[in-house]
Order: sequence, then structure tokens, then C-alpha cells
Amino acid sequence: MTQALTQQQTLHEYLLRLADSNLIISQRLCELCGKAPAVEEEMALMNVALDLVGQARNWYEYAADLDETKRDADTLAFRRDAHEYRNLLLTEQPNGDYAETMARQFYFDVWHYFTLQSLVNAPDERIAGIAAKALKEVTYHLRRSSAWVKRLGDGTEESHQRMEVAVESLWRFTGELITPDQIDTDLAAQGLAPNPEQLAEDWKGMVKEVLTEATLSLQADDAWMYLGSKKGVHTEHLGLILAEMQFLQRAYPDAKTW
Amino acid sequence: MQKPGKTPKPAAAPLENPMIASDKVPANASGERLSEEQIWQLLEEVKDPEVPAVSVVELGVVRQLNWQDQQLVVDVTPTYSGCPATDLIEALIAEALMQGGIRNPQIKRVLTPAWTTDWITPAGREKLRQFGIAPPQGSASKMTLLGHDQQISCPHCGSKHTEQISEFGSTACKALYRCSSCLEPFDYFKCI
Repeated sequence: MTQALTQQQTLHEYLLRLADSNLIISQRLCELCGKAPAVEEEMALMNVALDLVGQARNWYEYAADLDETKRDADTLAFRRDAHEYRNLLLTEQPNGDYAETMARQFYFDVWHYFTLQSLVNAPDERIAGIAAKALKEVTYHLRRSSAWVKRLGDGTEESHQRMEVAVESLWRFTGELITPDQIDTDLAAQGLAPNPEQLAEDWKGMVKEVLTEATLSLQADDAWMYLGSKKGVHTEHLGLILAEMQFLQRAYPDAKTW
Repeated sequence: MQKPGKTPKPAAAPLENPMIASDKVPANASGERLSEEQIWQLLEEVKDPEVPAVSVVELGVVRQLNWQDQQLVVDVTPTYSGCPATDLIEALIAEALMQGGIRNPQIKRVLTPAWTTDWITPAGREKLRQFGIAPPQGSASKMTLLGHDQQISCPHCGSKHTEQISEFGSTACKALYRCSSCLEPFDYFKCI
């Protein structure tokens, strides 16, 4: 049995989930720097990644202020190992082809959009402020990724086929976006996290709407889902992402020794 | 090590950030306090490093000036969460204030209320257009971000026959467009 968490620990944990998901999907997008399919797409992907890393910084800074071992934002981002990371499994999945990159972004953006929409009203000024700023940015992200799902889904035979494969293969990682644990429900009761039922309903509703318009198959609600990120159980990909992302900080702490 | 028998020189009052402090003698070294209007004039000279056509005041990122005892506190808000120019803009503002004779200004980063393109001044909008960037059109509060695209006028020839090439341009705050009349590509400052 684990001991009950204090309010501060609960909030700290939730802030890390937000920060880690932003940081890891941002790191994934940045892997496309220099090799995106078109220069306009590359600019867009890098700007989305930039928005997300900026939001991650804001969440990490708040988490750092609540951190019992006084770790700062950089330490939280660059010195924790995979089992301490709380990012959604979806965000660590590889870029694959462009259909997979955009399907992953779409599933994430829908979750992100409705989560932030709720956090804007949180009775915590700092959370509400970060969320209000982020929501404007994420609204654009969602508009862009849903447009790509529709364009590829309702596009050529090949693009349709590829998007069909992408939305299906990533589906198994979407369960945890809308499966609450004790921390989610505790914070939701105080308005510090989205109401789980509402979030699930909103997420499913928008995903269904976009997939339908994109002429893609709707996925089964009762499909088997991977859960685990909230306990730090990740897919094999996260370790490799961290190996690359954290190398400099691990080899040259704070990059002070050259 | 201090040599024995020698008293140390009294140190000059150190500036808070020696990296960006100017060597110049402050304009009002006599110690009189600048008026608020004079401070805003100093800030008008600080340009956005990514869009040097407009000042940080015209861009609406300087929100408020407050004196707390002898220290000037400047509230600055970033345009986007991840805007990479945020730290630089804050440093440039501090530098301009110190060159203007304000000792040890404090730059306070505020996130609330979130920056909106509605805060770009009319003069700022006109300067953006002259610089080749289509200014934000309409009001952010009335825009449904998920709704239809606005008709954006080409900043070069004024034509309304334009098309979006990418949701994002050279920076996060802009989108990339192309004019179908004069065929020039241009950045559009998105409405948020």
C-alpha cells in the first residue's frame, strides 16, 4: 500500500503529467527538424513544438515550486529517469509516416484542448493563467491537426489507407487520456483537473466527429488499452527519447563543464 | 587577499546586472526620477528582436509600470508560451531603462491576462503592414479560432485574393500566406 499523498504532492504529480506530456511530444516533433515532408510543414511542426515546450516550462516551474526536494524546472526535465516520467504513452510513440505524426497530434490535441478549457476555470490563479495562455495556442494546434486528419483521410486512396492505419494503431494509447486515477478524481473534485466523465465525453465526441468527416473507421470503445504512464510504466520508446534529450545534462551537468 | 594595513576602497554601487549595464553615465545621474511618459518613450525605442518594425510598446507586451520605493517594476508578458525572444526582450527592456538612467529596474514576467493581438496598437499595425507583415484582422475576442479563415489582405498590393500556405510562418505568432494577385508570399500576424 502506498501512503496517501498530501495536497501538495497530488498537485505536483498532476503538474508533472501536464509538463511531461508537453515536453515529450515536443521532443518527438523536433525529431522532424530538417526532414519534414515540406518546408511549410516543418515550420508548423517546429512552432507547435515550441509552443508546447514553452507550456511545459510554465508547468515545470510551478511543479518546481511545489517540489519537496527543491528540484528546479531543468532538473525535473533533464534529470529524471523514464520510470519517473508521467507523460501520456501516446506522446512518446514514434513519428512514423506523416499520417501517424498527425494522428498522434490530433488525439493529443483534442485531449489537450478540453483539458485546458477546464483548467482555465481552476480556482488556482497560476494554473488558470498558464492554461488560458496555452489554450489559445492549442486551439490552433487542434485546428491544424484535425485538418490534416481530414485531408489525408478523405484524400487519395493511399493517404486514406495510411491515415486509417495510423488512427487504428494509435488508438490503443488513447484509453489513458480519458481513464482517471485517484489523483485525477481528487483534483477534479476541487476543480483543479477536468471532470473525468466530461473530458471523456468531449474527447470521444470530437474524435468521432473528425474521423467521420475524414471518412475513417470509428474505433471500438471497448478495445484493449495500454495504461501505465500515470504510474511511470512506459513503452520502450521513452528511454531512447530521454537518452537523446538528456545526454548533455547527464554528461555535462548544467552544461558548465566543457 | 587584502594587503595588511590598507583600507579597501569604497566600492561603487554595483548595478544589478553587469552584463547588460551600460558604461554610459545615466542621463539623469542627478537622481531625479523620470516621469512615466519619459519611461514609455524609452521603451518605444526597444524593438521586438523578431519583428524589428515594431516596439515592445506597440506590440503590447509591456503591460504596466510601477514604482516600488526606489525601484521601477515593469510588467512584461510574453506573446506565446514558447516565444524564444521572451528572455531577450526582457534583457533589452532592462538595458534601455538603465541606459536611460533608471537604476536596477525589475522586469516582472506576467502571464495573466494572456497576451492578445488586440493589444497591438494602431501605429504598430500600420508598421507591421509597411514591413510586409499583414497585421491581425478583426478582434481576438470575436474570432472563433476553430472557425473559418478570415480574408487576409496582401500587405504589398492590398489584394484580397490571398491563400494560406501554412498555419505557421517564420515564428509561432505568424501564418504563411501567398497573394494570388501579385504572387508575393507574406507573413500574417495571427489573431489570438
